[in-house]
Amino acid sequence: MNYEPVIGLEVHVQLKTKTKVFCGCSTEFGNEPNSQVCPVCLGFPGSLPVLNRAALDHAIKAGLALNCTVAEYTKFDRKHYYYPDLPKNIQISQYDLPVSKDGYLDIEIDGRTKRIRIRRAHLEEDAGKLIHKETTSLIDYNRTGQPLLEIVSEPDMNSPEEAYEYLTDLKSVIQYTDVSDCDMEKGTLRCDANISLRPAGTTGLGVKSELKNLNSFKAVREALAYEIERHRQILNEGGQVVQETRLWDEKTGQTLAMRTKEEAKDYRYFPEPDLPPFTPVKEEIDRIKKEIPELPKEKCRRFMKEHGLGKSDAQQLTLSMQDAEFAEAVIRAFPGANKKPAVNWLIGPLASEANARNRQMHELGVSPEDLVELVRFMEDQEISNLAAKTVLSDMIDTHRTAAQIVKEKNLIQISDESSIENDIDAVIAENPKVVNDLTGGRSNALMFLVGQVMKRTKGKANPKVVQDMLKRRFPNV
Amino acid sequence: MDLFRSTAHELIDLVSGGKTTSEAIIASLDARIREKDTGVKAYVRRQKNAVDPIRETGRRSGPLSGIPVAVKDNICTDGIETSCCSKILAGFRPPYDATVITKLRDAGAVIIPDKLNMDEFAFGSSTENSCFGPTHNPWDLGRVPGGSSGGSAAAVAADEAIMALGSDTGGSIRQPAAFCGVVGLKPTYGRVSRYGLIAFASSLDQIGPLTKDVHDSCLLMNVIAGRDPMDSTSSDRTPPDYTKSLVQDVKGLKIGIPKEYFAQGMDREVRTIVEEAIKKLERLGATAAEVSLPHTQYAVPVYYIVATAEASSNLSRFDGVQYGLRSSDTRPITGNKLIDMYKHTRGEGFGAEAKRRILLGTFALSHGYYDAYYLRALKVRTLITRDFADVFKECDCIITPTTPTPAFTIGEKTDDPLQMYLSDVLTISANLAGIPAISVPCGFTKAGLPVGMQILAPAFMEETLFRAAFTYEQATPWHTMRPKL
Amino acid sequence: MALSKQTVEYVAHLSRIELTEEELEKLSKQLESIIGFIDALRAADVAGVRPTDHILPLNNALRPDEPRPSLPIEKTLANAPRKDGRFFAVPKVIE
Repeated sequence: MNYEPVIGLEVHVQLKTKTKVFCGCSTEFGNEPNSQVCPVCLGFPGSLPVLNRAALDHAIKAGLALNCTVAEYTKFDRKHYYYPDLPKNIQISQYDLPVSKDGYLDIEIDGRTKRIRIRRAHLEEDAGKLIHKETTSLIDYNRTGQPLLEIVSEPDMNSPEEAYEYLTDLKSVIQYTDVSDCDMEKGTLRCDANISLRPAGTTGLGVKSELKNLNSFKAVREALAYEIERHRQILNEGGQVVQETRLWDEKTGQTLAMRTKEEAKDYRYFPEPDLPPFTPVKEEIDRIKKEIPELPKEKCRRFMKEHGLGKSDAQQLTLSMQDAEFAEAVIRAFPGANKKPAVNWLIGPLASEANARNRQMHELGVSPEDLVELVRFMEDQEISNLAAKTVLSDMIDTHRTAAQIVKEKNLIQISDESSIENDIDAVIAENPKVVNDLTGGRSNALMFLVGQVMKRTKGKANPKVVQDMLKRRFPNV
Repeated sequence: MDLFRSTAHELIDLVSGGKTTSEAIIASLDARIREKDTGVKAYVRRQKNAVDPIRETGRRSGPLSGIPVAVKDNICTDGIETSCCSKILAGFRPPYDATVITKLRDAGAVIIPDKLNMDEFAFGSSTENSCFGPTHNPWDLGRVPGGSSGGSAAAVAADEAIMALGSDTGGSIRQPAAFCGVVGLKPTYGRVSRYGLIAFASSLDQIGPLTKDVHDSCLLMNVIAGRDPMDSTSSDRTPPDYTKSLVQDVKGLKIGIPKEYFAQGMDREVRTIVEEAIKKLERLGATAAEVSLPHTQYAVPVYYIVATAEASSNLSRFDGVQYGLRSSDTRPITGNKLIDMYKHTRGEGFGAEAKRRILLGTFALSHGYYDAYYLRALKVRTLITRDFADVFKECDCIITPTTPTPAFTIGEKTDDPLQMYLSDVLTISANLAGIPAISVPCGFTKAGLPVGMQILAPAFMEETLFRAAFTYEQATPWHTMRPKL
Repeated sequence: MALSKQTVEYVAHLSRIELTEEELEKLSKQLESIIGFIDALRAADVAGVRPTDHILPLNNALRPDEPRPSLPIEKTLANAPRKDGRFFAVPKVIE
């Protein structure tokens, strides 16, 4: 029996506001435990919530960027469950009238476009953090009350790769709107996945498992792959999948059932009586819409059209908005109609440097003009490709320009044949055996000789020129 | 005259005229409390030290300069124990003042640190549900003062307080005011901030004044009314100067008398006395006509769904984690130590009525019952609100008895919770509709028990209430009478 | 409607309240009688009636995104039944 995976994702993004969603406590990260709390976010008796205007605006903005319809009338509801990281044992969330709904993201998968529908994006408050010790658990409420936007997709994904693409695109779009940093490591983006299998070609839904403790996009993909197999095995053996929550164990690469028996959850949702409903007006929504910049897909299309980039290159360069703006500045500063050299350098060496340093391209301290200068040195064959890469590293480390570094380290490539002539003579003289091999027809001997010339000139000779010169000396190779 | 017998407006005149001081007022009150409260038991947790008025107000001057105000035990006072008269909150010292407290302090008032007795979490109509035991009605110590603001009403009636704050969710200011022969106002929903009021039912609760006369009620409302940015449900309408309503003029005032409120089951004396009071108003120039509030019969059931649902939710936070009682009982129930802690704590800390209401409310919100109970109750609430809107098209105010009977004896209704609930029938609808209502003393039964007349007005029309109540009050002797203690 | 002891036990569990046998017995009877009384609501004609969402007219109460002082740690922990340094402490949570 052929089974098809059906995947839905619930993503929580922490909104970038200065204060919490229902009180004026700061949302700054990394301060002492329980230093950013007040009667409201602690849920002390008598306290009342008041909605942060910026949180509502951010939620609307994100919803619009995700092609959702923004509600004309939206309200909050209480979700009841007992847990020590939830001070009131109530989470203020949204149940039936969320801020926005019915949106979508179009992802690229296997060369085609697939629409993943977004059911809703709603506002809610975050819970605190628990630290587990031997016999006690400790509670830090700094995070309680931080504004979260919960984005729920329809179960439209059918493979772990699609889930990965969706997450990548979602993160990209949200970052463009600047309403969240979407950093899984810092916890400003969290993801839970729902997965079930159904016989291929059918439309019903099988029994699902809910996956938690997914700490990276990679983990999401791996956990889903594992779970799909697990379900498949059970079904193929004629068994029944149990609906349950499972935790991803990074170390063993497995999902594990939770230790406590899960009971059916009755959250007893009812409208939050302390918060009257909100009615975002059209003018407000329009104003917010205008603040949304050119989004990744549009930017990508425009890069392809305006700057002649290939699809794959354009996609990679538009993942992050600030990097995209940086890249565009580089492309515009690069002279001539053919932007490929600049693009190659952005996608290749600059991106590698950024990854290695765990930063974004625009954060490396290299200005677009600086990068263009470096690429031109290389294009004009004044320095070798290899040299250029080390110059780039140096530029980032020391905040100097390419020109300064090339000059200081005397990296200008020697392309003038007359200068290299002597070195070629010397290498030929020193390597009679290789020359013999060469004349005997062994072409890798040629590269060996090129290498020797490079060594002799301390890398400064232009390898292409050396190669051409050697080929002329040995025309039969 | 003894200072403790005065009204706030009299004391303000004396203080501003240099004839007395805040210290003298407080000393007089203190002596009165020491003398009489062992019998009345209006206050809980009497502090060892006397109140220092200078420390309490920091010498701030304002409209209530130097006037002491007593506070119900569900209103938060920074650093001063506030426990809703419940074991589960014993020892809780809020780290902040309720907005009304801040406003009172800014107005120069002295907050009495001893709190006033109440039914636990405001669940009750007799103050018998307090973990400290009941307050006794100063007019007859064998009877209840009403509830849940029984301590507030009794203290004012016994001259153990000059003025007091209470809270009203289904009649908890008005009913004790009627039982104790004082003035009690439930403001329009949203008129007074709820920030710092330990919540019972969020869509029904209001803090309000209990005072010796209507003038004092206006003075207190002038200080506590108004928009609060810390309370999303507080109205942004600017409150007027309520003392401007202290005019004796009811000419042309149209009074509606809802027939459903004078139904069977009402004490005959109460009915007669209130009807007499209405006639008095007519003689003073008002006109009265019968009206109908057809959905009155549903008020109590709607209330006991909506209020308990919200209460069960609001009380979820009492779990022994951050404040209040944490049970030391380690006997396993589920085997999960944390869940067991919750269950032991809440089992020990909540009284019987609290448990009843939490279970009822949780049931009404639970899966499978939500539509039939909670949702339906909200729809009927709309019908009840509409009834009032329709009636107010024809009249300026509505008058009813505040309670169907005078104060009952302590222990009389404690066996049958349903009986207790039914006694709220006349006050509950005002909370459901969010409209303001006042109870003013309008006479005594043959046994010498006070009877209260309730006046209701459209939302934000407290001025109508004050004008009618003041006119009636000034034409009658009731507000000058005090119990013999 | 009849309210079984089982239902009351379940609701008590949802509410995290421990009840003695005696309480369970008594409360079941009382709740059944109260709910019986509340069932009178069934007779009300609510066709086409919207539930009361909020009593006040809508006022879109919003707060500016400006930080306000948080509580000092002494006040935050002042009422804690059990604490550990700057943290509140509870019996260990089992996942």
